Amino acid sequence: MKIFFSAYILVISYLFNFIQKEKSFEQSISDGKIIYEDFCIQCHLSNGEGLEKVYPPLNNSDYLLKNIDKSIYSIKYGLKGEIIVNGIKYNGVMINQGLDDEEIADVMNYITNSWDNSLKIQITTKRVNELKK
Amino acid sequence: MKFLNFTLLIFFVSNISCAQENFPPIEIPKKIEYTYKAVIEGIDIAWGLDFINDKEFIVTEKSGKLYKISNNVKTEITGLPDVYVRGQGGLLDVALHPNFIENNIIFLTLSSKIGEGDGGNTALYSAELNKNSLNNLKLLYKAFPNSKKGQHFGSRIVFDNNNYLFFSIGDRGNRDINPQDINIDGGKIYRLNLDGSIPNDNPFVNESNAKKAIYSYGHRNPQGMAVHPKTGKIWVNEHGPRGGDEINIIEKGGNYGWPEITYGINYSGTTITNKRSLPGMEQPFYYWIPSIAPSGMTFLTSNKYKGWKNSLFIGSLKFEYLERLVIKKNKVIKREKILNKIGRIRDVNQGPDGYLYVNVDGKGVFKIIPN
Repeated sequence: MKIFFSAYILVISYLFNFIQKEKSFEQSISDGKIIYEDFCIQCHLSNGEGLEKVYPPLNNSDYLLKNIDKSIYSIKYGLKGEIIVNGIKYNGVMINQGLDDEEIADVMNYITNSWDNSLKIQITTKRVNELKK
Repeated sequence: MKFLNFTLLIFFVSNISCAQENFPPIEIPKKIEYTYKAVIEGIDIAWGLDFINDKEFIVTEKSGKLYKISNNVKTEITGLPDVYVRGQGGLLDVALHPNFIENNIIFLTLSSKIGEGDGGNTALYSAELNKNSLNNLKLLYKAFPNSKKGQHFGSRIVFDNNNYLFFSIGDRGNRDINPQDINIDGGKIYRLNLDGSIPNDNPFVNESNAKKAIYSYGHRNPQGMAVHPKTGKIWVNEHGPRGGDEINIIEKGGNYGWPEITYGINYSGTTITNKRSLPGMEQPFYYWIPSIAPSGMTFLTSNKYKGWKNSLFIGSLKFEYLERLVIKKNKVIKREKILNKIGRIRDVNQGPDGYLYVNVDGKGVFKIIPN
């Protein structure tokens, strides 16, 4: 019985570990590209250039690259009110897109490591998960 | 000579790029003969709106809330079905039954997870509005398959003069499969009776595997819909990809061509198709290059604004203005920016008082007041 119980624990913890395991950085970026093209591209456009004064750019965006947690928070819960991106005022609304934490990590990894952006620090699902409202 | 060649080349190239933009060019009126004021504020995305009377209307908030606004005060309406909020999906349009005064019935479109498969798709519900709650909720239509894609739920609702209900569903981000196949939902305009049953003269009722509620197909994402005040025809505007937003006048059984024919290209700049027309496919009444991201639309029938009667009004999400289109002899002859830079316009309606009301993202609902 004791053996069965320990084996059971071992299997469960192995499975748990498997589920929890973060995907590779490259995988996350490439999954993030799919999310980007599905949820973000309509406004932020294909090279993250945005539209001046309407949709803030993501490429070379000081706001994005200096405020990682705030950016994650904005994707998770939405963003409203004035922000300044590369010296230009934006006063729009981005609503939360209903993405799960893993999808948010993926799309963050994609936008911070695409075009001219190369943050090279993987944003994990755990980091997204820990940001509470 | 070399210089002349160069000049000619520049002239030629600039002419080509000009030809890309569709006629007529948008104008900013020299004299602004209106102001506007907020009727209700503090609604993030007021996606759809319908009037109960001069003083009261119902408005949806995309995140899944429904409000009744009475004398500029909002009250939340309870008893909504579950809403699948993802991407462009959420609680979308609302429309009062043509006989609302007697039966209190309203119609709602929303994205829903009902049925098999991950994700969601557009659903149409009816419900009785009693004070501030919904009762007798009925699911009249649910599109399939469910999908986790975030795009193109369509969802506008209108009634024609014969009391048929029309509503739209976009291609759900699956353009190569859905819009051209009448056996699958998505990329279609639908026609139902007011009780949700399918009219027996719908165009595809005799096609064995077809979705019988379909009235027209080959659409991308129709999010503006209005009944023409004189002809009674259903007009829709739909989002194109990059360029190629369209106004279409809906014909029974018509194929509007997406994605076989289009005036637009991919967001990335690559080509979707070089074909602008094909036999058996309808041409748009009008198309926009560049895209304005057209949202709600309405024909103005009142005399409240000087020179605006019979114009078509369409909100632009992308360029943040209300577009006034003047139509003569079946052609758009003039386009004008109204409420320039007000914000992303999601919907526009004429109230029972004859005034225009616009829903602006992040702000609320505004009334346009002539000077």
